[in-house]
Amino acid sequence: MTFLELVNFYIIPGLVLGSIYALGAVGITLVFAILRYAHLAQGDLATLGAFVALAVVTGLGIPPLAALPVAMIFTAAVAVGIDKVFYEHLRERPKIVTVMASLGIALMIRSVVQVIWGVDAESYVRGIVRPQTYFGLRIKDREIYTVLFMLFLVGGLMLFLARSKWGKAMRAMSDNPNLALLSGIDNRKVVMLTWIIAGGLCAASGVFLGINTEIKSMMGWNMLLPMFAAAILGGVGRVEGAVLGGLVVGVAEELSVLVLPSEYKAAMAFVILLFMLLVRPTGLLRGKVL
Amino acid sequence: MELIGLANYALFMGIFIGIYALLALGLNIQWGFAGLFNAGIAGFFAVGAYTSAILTSPYAEGRLGGFEMPFFVGWAGAMVAAGLIAWPIGKICLRFRSDYLAIATIGVAEIIRLVVKSEETLTNSARGITNIPRPFGDLPYVQSQAAYLSIVLLCLGLCYFLVQRQFNAPWGRMMRAIRDNELAARAMGKNIEGRRLEAFMFGAALMGLGGALFAHFNRSITPEAIDPMVATFLVWIMLILGGQGNNKGAILGAAVVWIIWSMSEIATDQLPAEYAIKAKYIRLFLIGLMLQLVLRFRPEGILPEPTRGESRPAQVSAQEKD
Repeated sequence: MTFLELVNFYIIPGLVLGSIYALGAVGITLVFAILRYAHLAQGDLATLGAFVALAVVTGLGIPPLAALPVAMIFTAAVAVGIDKVFYEHLRERPKIVTVMASLGIALMIRSVVQVIWGVDAESYVRGIVRPQTYFGLRIKDREIYTVLFMLFLVGGLMLFLARSKWGKAMRAMSDNPNLALLSGIDNRKVVMLTWIIAGGLCAASGVFLGINTEIKSMMGWNMLLPMFAAAILGGVGRVEGAVLGGLVVGVAEELSVLVLPSEYKAAMAFVILLFMLLVRPTGLLRGKVL
Repeated sequence: MELIGLANYALFMGIFIGIYALLALGLNIQWGFAGLFNAGIAGFFAVGAYTSAILTSPYAEGRLGGFEMPFFVGWAGAMVAAGLIAWPIGKICLRFRSDYLAIATIGVAEIIRLVVKSEETLTNSARGITNIPRPFGDLPYVQSQAAYLSIVLLCLGLCYFLVQRQFNAPWGRMMRAIRDNELAARAMGKNIEGRRLEAFMFGAALMGLGGALFAHFNRSITPEAIDPMVATFLVWIMLILGGQGNNKGAILGAAVVWIIWSMSEIATDQLPAEYAIKAKYIRLFLIGLMLQLVLRFRPEGILPEPTRGESRPAQVSAQEKD
């Protein structure tokens, strides 16, 4: 196998898949760092976002990228609503209770999707897309804009966290909640903002997974493990770490086909997760260990 | 005729309640005693089911097996195998907060599902393992069901007795001390990681036994026999509704939830086909909602965890404050 083949068949699809994981992993890492629990419904929120975009695409006849903002806003609103109705009153209880509640929420979101849209695989557009060749690299258009959109969204988020008042408040809550509360940061607003960002990014990852593969009711749940592996690999609480982690997990999954039977592709994320917890639980970029 | 059918159905239901009660009891050791979040119950269940199936089933072309051991050897093997799978996971994840264990157990269940589906030589992949001997399987149908029910109840009773003993023994008190105040327990010189690992492995072993009982009852096991997410979730709602930290509660919860679950299935099966499929997901939604409601309005469950030292009011009020 030549180097170009390696890049074309494994690295490029890996980076695209990794970008999709990265979008979800950023949400997971923010929720983990600010609210301090593992949110297990993150994958199914992505499924919901993908199906909302599907409804918009089939309803209005617009391309999936145009439906993306609608799906992101809708899913962000759903995430805030779930927090208000189901998680808020558990805040004083041990955090693990909320983890349990989120497992139930995952099941509830998925069954709503299955009732409304059924269990069959769908896609946004019919037909086969042929890859373009750039200097011997075979890339599909949709692969380019998946990666570009991921960089754009995460770049915007990092700018927001670094520069804006509320971004700083979020970082303060993540670093030291007691100190942040004492200095007068409104916890409720920070929590709401976290859910808006996490929900929106989830929807984006679901829509892009749908654009690049297909849309089905289990897609989000199957992404959950790679997304958590990405968040922990990058370091919990580090946005750039989640992106790096997502890309590594995506490429590793694609490359695993070279040594493992392809059925075990999904196992790669788990191996990375356990390996990181074993040797370096703070992640590549020194995140938190809760 | 009606009566026989009803009796058969009751026996069938009793066996399933017994199996789920074992799973709930296993989860109670992990969650109720030790506060460990296991989201991969179905994985340990499958390990138990397949281990016992391989150990006891007759020889079949193209897969491991043909040991034809007696069923109790298979069941013991199931417990050992499930416990051994739990060991490395616990070893790696129990150093951290239980969130990490939750994620890792989801992963382990996923890997086990993949192995079961694709390892032809081990599990005969999609066709599954058949001809698993069932104790007293040669009797006429009703008697055989009744005999199997009594075996399940015997297992359940024995496990309940042992777990309850552990709960009241110093080991159980130590587990709850670790769960409620890790720092204080560590300061008292308790080996927290070691104790948690024990609880995790014991619980997993009981789940393995549940899997083995299921496989022998059906005489076969296939990857599609149970929906991993639904099974895991049902056991969770059983324990939370019945009463976390209370062994009687775990068994009661198993009975209540299983009766609701299978009765609602009978009800929705009467619907026309296109609604019946949707109704399955509506039932799942409602069972998820039930968890949220229990967590919100009665987090201690139907039978709350027994508090010790009721004669000493100061201690009771201190516990309530938590």
